[in-house]
Amino acid sequence: MNRENAPFAASNIRVHASLTRNFPAGPGLLLAGLALLALAAFMLSLAVGSVRIPLDEIVAVLLGGDASKPAWATIVLKFRLPKALTAMLAGAALSVSGLQMQTLFRNPLAGPFVLGISSGASLGVAVAVLLAGVAVGLGGSTTLLAGISLAGDTSLALSAIVGSGLVLLLVMSVARRVQSGMTLLILGLMFGYTTSALVSVLIYFSVVERIQAYISWTFGSFGGVTWRQLQVMAPAILLGLVGGHLLMKPLNALLLGETYALSLGLNVRRVRLGIIGSSAILAGVVTAFCGPIGFLGIAVPHLCRSLLNTSDHRLLLPAVSFMGATLALGADIVAGLPGSQLTLPLNAVTALLGAPVVIWVILRQRNLRQAFAG
Amino acid sequence: MSEETVLRTRDLSIGYRRTRRAPAVIASDLSFSLRPGELVCLLGPNGAGKSTLMRTLARLQPPLSGQIWLDERLLDDLRPGQLARRLSIVLTDRVDVGAMSGYGLVSLGRHPYTGWTGTLEEQDQQIVQWALQAVRATDLADRLTVEMSDGERQKVLIARALAQQPRVMLLDEPTAFLDLPRRVEVMDLLRQLASENRQAILLSTHDLDLALRNADRLWLLSADGELFDGAPEDLILNGAFERVFSAEGVTFDRERGSFHTRQEACGRLRLEGDGVAVFWTGRALERIGYAVEKEGENGDSASYATILPPQKSAIGTVSVRMQDDGLIYNLEMEGREDAFATLSALTTYLRRGGAGGETDAQIDEDLYARR
Repeated sequence: MNRENAPFAASNIRVHASLTRNFPAGPGLLLAGLALLALAAFMLSLAVGSVRIPLDEIVAVLLGGDASKPAWATIVLKFRLPKALTAMLAGAALSVSGLQMQTLFRNPLAGPFVLGISSGASLGVAVAVLLAGVAVGLGGSTTLLAGISLAGDTSLALSAIVGSGLVLLLVMSVARRVQSGMTLLILGLMFGYTTSALVSVLIYFSVVERIQAYISWTFGSFGGVTWRQLQVMAPAILLGLVGGHLLMKPLNALLLGETYALSLGLNVRRVRLGIIGSSAILAGVVTAFCGPIGFLGIAVPHLCRSLLNTSDHRLLLPAVSFMGATLALGADIVAGLPGSQLTLPLNAVTALLGAPVVIWVILRQRNLRQAFAG
Repeated sequence: MSEETVLRTRDLSIGYRRTRRAPAVIASDLSFSLRPGELVCLLGPNGAGKSTLMRTLARLQPPLSGQIWLDERLLDDLRPGQLARRLSIVLTDRVDVGAMSGYGLVSLGRHPYTGWTGTLEEQDQQIVQWALQAVRATDLADRLTVEMSDGERQKVLIARALAQQPRVMLLDEPTAFLDLPRRVEVMDLLRQLASENRQAILLSTHDLDLALRNADRLWLLSADGELFDGAPEDLILNGAFERVFSAEGVTFDRERGSFHTRQEACGRLRLEGDGVAVFWTGRALERIGYAVEKEGENGDSASYATILPPQKSAIGTVSVRMQDDGLIYNLEMEGREDAFATLSALTTYLRRGGAGGETDAQIDEDLYARR
């Protein structure tokens, strides 16, 4: 082809000047706005709770100084800071994972858990919590088990990691063999049914205290993650986030479907493995430490697509990270019912607050298909 | 020049491998080539394997046996990126990329040339612009693909394939969902792209008329896996069309280059008059099963005398003429003479076997209504 002779009308190039930039000013500003929003939510989540702490005190504590009340420093550093960091990481992780799954499977209903990652974690936790209960229940003694700690317990995290890790290995080995993404989606679905059936059986034979412990875990919580656990969780999630962002170009190619992606020179099988790998690590780690947090992973990509009016992953990936972090922090603040000693189940808050927002955003679109890259 | 090829196959056999059974062979012993700058249309009945052939040439599925060379290199030896810079495709699948502008969609075609972020360099941007201009779709650059009509989206998808700067473009039924003017436009566009850019373009289609008018060559793929390769006119004259499509219960009309359902003619009618009205009157009469003999031709062109059935003499005459700003159709048959204001009335009359023609009063009424 003769590039030099291609007729370029100067006027045409000027007309589309805004498009020739890779990051037009509008979305760029929006992205910066989203980042600021996440920062604001982070500071707010440190400030509010059962005790209100002034912002300047928080800044002082974060910078290594002392607060005017010693208890405040303890509250911020020991409780609120790890919780806020966990919420940010988990929100970003679930949203990136959800975006990846929606694009890979070209399905607007896909989310971080379509491959059965959370089902695997649930089964791991159920086995740890309930099976022990079954054994003890048969032995006739439940007193030993009273007051078992809930989400955040290291043994729970460990069993969740084992559960989701096993599913991850299974999914990866299947993904290497099958041709079509749809097959994977159906396998993930079937695996979910199987695990919930197994969990039901365990629940049926278990004792009440154990069942309650398990159900509390399924409510999800950012509060149980300790500094020591964060040392494992944070690097794993950061790794997954970086991996996810490295795949922005293949994800864009996959918008056209796997056949076109193949014809663009994409090694679809390898890319799919990369996407599934990073997505599963993100979803698996979050589920292990915080329980199965629903809704965020499906909703945030939709919100960002309609907010930025684009399906370009170069914009969407950072956007969903910030938006996911913001919403996770927001949900956690609301769940903590500031000013009171009560807390609500986190999963109830994410869905109760999020679902109306998503419905509003989707209905606002002139064309429903525009709301997602399905 | 004539020896130069961009894509060539030898003893290619296409089909599907099956587990624990013999492979399903769709076509075998295919040896053909594509030359730069030519537009080739692939025609064949449904299920003949047109898409399979396209998919095999694009390396989307492996051949059962045989070799394919692209740019004098074996297709299998090319790395994915190298292949993507030489060959691009446009598929029939509906592409749903969500909220993406025409410009964004076309720029995905630069994928084989950009770095890991997919960022467009100055040159990439110029090529995207050029591709949009080449398909005359610069006005679609800012539009969201979801808001485009089928024809507009098809043009943008062709621009996307162009942006890959391929030597060969494969298009699977690019005119399938378009209305007639859009089909003509797209086909015309492809022919120009082929000759201007010295690209080889292969497209599959069911649009016989457009293929006959625009293709430099046709490939006819028959249901039993035979490929006829030649200029459209050669394939008409040597009977390849009848050979490939005969099983479909239709006959191929060599004089018109189109297909007709196979039916016995009700009889032969002479047609008089001139201009475009005569052409359409002829079409209407043929549609209800009459053979038409136009004024000044005896219907017996010498070259086809051997293949057409012997002529019968005309059983009547239809003449078309202007009267009071409108057309009027006169039918002389079996000693009667009737007049009709519309072809609908004429064909209805003929289909009823001549019973109950329009009365003079009705015709007067129709003619009056026109004024």
